[in-house]
Amino acid sequence: MSATDAVIPASTGAAAPASGDDLVTVDDLVVHFPITSGIVFRHKIGAVRAVDGISFTVKRGETLGLVGESGCGKSTTGMAILHLEKPTAGHVLYEGADLASLSGRALRRQRRRMQMIFQDPYASLNGRMTIADIVGEPLLVHKLYPRSGRNQRVRELLELVGINPNTLNRYPHEFSGGQRQRIGIARALAVEPNFIVCDEPISALDVSIRAQIINLLLELQREFGLTYLFIAHDLSVVRHISDRVAVMYLGKMVELAENAVLYGEPVHPYTQALLSAVPIPDPEAEENRRAVVLQGDVPSPADPPPGCHFHTRCPAAQEGLCNVEPPVLREVRPRHWASCHLVTNTDFPHIRAGEDDLAVVATGPVMGDASAATVVHTDALDAAGENDHGDV
Amino acid sequence: MAFVPPHDPFAAGEVAARERAVDIVVDESMASQAGVMWSPDAAIIAHKGTWHEVWERFRKDKFAVMGLVVIGILVFVAVTAPWIAPHDPTTQYDEGLTMKGMPVGSSSKFLLGTDTLGRDLLSRLMYGARVSLVIGVMANGLALILGVIFGLTAGFFRGSTETAIMRATDVMMAFPIYLLAVALVAVLKPSLWILIFVIGFVYWTPMTRVIHGEVLSIREKEFVAAARLTGCSNMRILYRHILPHLVAPIIVYTSLGIATTVLFEATLSYIGLGVQPPTPSWGQMISDGQNYYRSAPHLVIYPGLCIMLTVLAFNMVGDGLRDAFDPQQRRR
Amino acid sequence: MGVDTSRLLDVTDLSVDFDSQEGIVHAVDHVSFSVAPGELVGLVGESGCGKSVTATAILGLTRMITNATVSGSIEFQGRDLLALPENEVRKVRGKDIAMIFQDPVTSLNPVLSIERLMTEGIELHLDLSHDDAVARAIDMLQLVGIPKAAERIRDYPHQFSGGMRQRVMIAIALSCNPKLLLADEPTTALDVTIQAQILRLMKKLSREYDAAVIVITHDLGVVAGMCRRILVMYAGRIVEEGPAKPLFHHPHHPYTVGLLRSVPRLDRPRSAKLQSIEGLPPDLSHLPPGCSFAPRCWLATDACWQGVPPLFDTDAGRRSACFHRDRLIEPAAAEMTA
Repeated sequence: MSATDAVIPASTGAAAPASGDDLVTVDDLVVHFPITSGIVFRHKIGAVRAVDGISFTVKRGETLGLVGESGCGKSTTGMAILHLEKPTAGHVLYEGADLASLSGRALRRQRRRMQMIFQDPYASLNGRMTIADIVGEPLLVHKLYPRSGRNQRVRELLELVGINPNTLNRYPHEFSGGQRQRIGIARALAVEPNFIVCDEPISALDVSIRAQIINLLLELQREFGLTYLFIAHDLSVVRHISDRVAVMYLGKMVELAENAVLYGEPVHPYTQALLSAVPIPDPEAEENRRAVVLQGDVPSPADPPPGCHFHTRCPAAQEGLCNVEPPVLREVRPRHWASCHLVTNTDFPHIRAGEDDLAVVATGPVMGDASAATVVHTDALDAAGENDHGDV
Repeated sequence: MAFVPPHDPFAAGEVAARERAVDIVVDESMASQAGVMWSPDAAIIAHKGTWHEVWERFRKDKFAVMGLVVIGILVFVAVTAPWIAPHDPTTQYDEGLTMKGMPVGSSSKFLLGTDTLGRDLLSRLMYGARVSLVIGVMANGLALILGVIFGLTAGFFRGSTETAIMRATDVMMAFPIYLLAVALVAVLKPSLWILIFVIGFVYWTPMTRVIHGEVLSIREKEFVAAARLTGCSNMRILYRHILPHLVAPIIVYTSLGIATTVLFEATLSYIGLGVQPPTPSWGQMISDGQNYYRSAPHLVIYPGLCIMLTVLAFNMVGDGLRDAFDPQQRRR
Repeated sequence: MGVDTSRLLDVTDLSVDFDSQEGIVHAVDHVSFSVAPGELVGLVGESGCGKSVTATAILGLTRMITNATVSGSIEFQGRDLLALPENEVRKVRGKDIAMIFQDPVTSLNPVLSIERLMTEGIELHLDLSHDDAVARAIDMLQLVGIPKAAERIRDYPHQFSGGMRQRVMIAIALSCNPKLLLADEPTTALDVTIQAQILRLMKKLSREYDAAVIVITHDLGVVAGMCRRILVMYAGRIVEEGPAKPLFHHPHHPYTVGLLRSVPRLDRPRSAKLQSIEGLPPDLSHLPPGCSFAPRCWLATDACWQGVPPLFDTDAGRRSACFHRDRLIEPAAAEMTA
């Protein structure tokens, strides 16, 4: 196996902005879903390689954003970390302990430490239970409060998330999507976890409600010192909430960096293409940019391309290298990891929109090429002190 | 070109800063100040429970309600038969037969006439209702219990357990159930309990299939994953999260199932393998009377009508319940 | 009434009411707007605002819904579609007015090959022979960028990826040279890199075919890139209308202000807090009297609870349904001169 020490991001506790030791460590995680054939005796004929070997850590107190398009494996990663999906290979360590080694009661006890907020506010609440039951169940299962105190605690939790406590005998279907998501958050908080995986928590909500939920999540993080793994496909939202961001493509992690760095100077070709395609709600800004168009379709996760998974669509792909040798996630700059053969400490392939907007590698000077560059606001490269900017 | 930010009423101090980031539903006092009574919570509080909504939808289906009435009458008759039946069903009356020994038609004494042995048809029909309903309900109950246990286990635990159970179900379904029932009853000698057992045993397969399918779709829902994350044990997930969602299909398939089991019993009785005489059973009555269908058609018509009405009533109620439980139904 | 090609679409006082268990739901409430030939218009709003029902009404499909009551007029090239009999509307639907649906998975009939799906409309509306129709279909597929169109035309929808299916839908919609294209959330189900491609394609084809497009979506970024004019809907009513640049830059309605402020953007500094719109989305069966946005609006006064604000003209080509629009317009005027 290639050098695993270079693959797992080194824990730089003191230097990292979100002060923290490693809360969650993912080590070469692989999740393959077998494709079977046969009626009575099923045999495996292939596998959907949802997560194909990724390693990263989540530091205590930070929000790690995990982005990628459909089929990249980000949701599966979230499930595997929480042990809702069994990893096919690799380990997930929570505070140093491997969840896979636990079972039964011990596993259930460990469940208190980590929770999830689901994407679908309609399917994630049991329609046959009142919200008092839903939010109270974790208290019951873990015997956290005596019956007398439980009701009070449920009220407190509901108030914390902005739900009128007088509605606790109502059923989920009587609430709107945004409210149901809040109830789901209250349920997650009931066990007092340290780590919460947010799996696309706002994509199913109305636009005007999304900001409410984001603000709620941020405030709860501040109040309780929570650690988030924020999985989403909306890059604008991820930028708002994350300290560090990881980009996935077809089961592999292609880039991982601090928020400002990833959005300000992405080095991986895929990240660059992705960022250029994110729409901006401003006609003038949209006029002045050209989204890079990637050739071809996303390959199937059941049959990913050999070598670098991205090479079939990458304008910078080099024959003989990129289609043969899979790249490794390396620390190419301090605290900036990328998985690309062509990224060095000093240089990386600059992707621009060429003729007909097709992705090309820019040759010659790239500064001043404002018409095609990403328009991310350039507070980007002031690494520190991004909080509480004024909005103007 | 310089970036000109859009006008920002919040920055311009037009909106007071909020202390809490959390946005709670707007204060009702806002509405009442304007002299208008309106509150966003009012809609939530006005909502009635699910069962109430289901009943409302059921009520609107005329056929379902008719079926329910018929079932109600049936149950009433079955329960009170010993008190309201005009005669004892097993007594053979001399005046029940004509000179030639033929059954008598409707008269003041025998409201629906008599059967081939001079027994009062109406009383026999009433007692027959007891048999049909008891066997129908209990046999279906047995099928239900077996079906739920198997379907739940197969659907929830999956893997080889599921394969074993479902393949066994397939094998069972391949058997011609009537022949199997006949064989079993013939061997075990017909009695009430044997009948209940046999019919229930032969009929659990469709229920297993249905429950298995439902469990498969329910267990994929996110609230089950959430329950697991909460730390619920398998048992808790099964009875607190999955079983409640099975209530609707169980109720629906029970009503439809009783229709089938009633018919099943009638069939067995018709061929002589049901309850034994002198206990009346509708199927048996048809079998007794079939040779007289030309001279005394009422012997065949009335029991047949009873079977038909019962089966129809349960079917209509079952359909009505299925539609009532399905909130998507708008096309009424 | 003859066909007047100088005017494309004039919707006047359109209302669509649904009869439901909770009472009458006013899905679309006295909506009026126009679309000029070749214009790119965005119809923006969240779920339940009535934008999809408006599209359905324009296509004349509301008459198929038994509990729907439609009133008002929808004039397409001078003729009121609501007043025409079904067989006349059918000649327009699919030919002059076409629609692209949101979910390419469920919108293409999975048991029909692409060839069948495309030639059906072409043969019907353009009166071509089957072979000619197939040739035209292949041309359309090539136009929308399906590689190896002549071979793939015999494939079935499930053999295409999401982005490709959307292209096929666009090809089907454009195959009979429509004058008006309704795109209902055309890219919501697609990945962002594919979304960019599809939007570019639609823009280009709209120019080439001189077809007007109404893009119906909740995504402000999508309309910012595509549309010249924007209509903002809330709870069944149009609350703001205007050309895209001024509207995004300086909205005249508090709902638009709220929306724009609550959406994080890549081109602005990362702020500590998104200014969200407080309160809950409207429940159409339980709307407040007066302005539907009043419970969530920081400008609301007693007058807002008592009367429904009509659309006022605020500027050249701009309208806003707010009694307090002056408070949103004036400060900008002061800013400009400062």
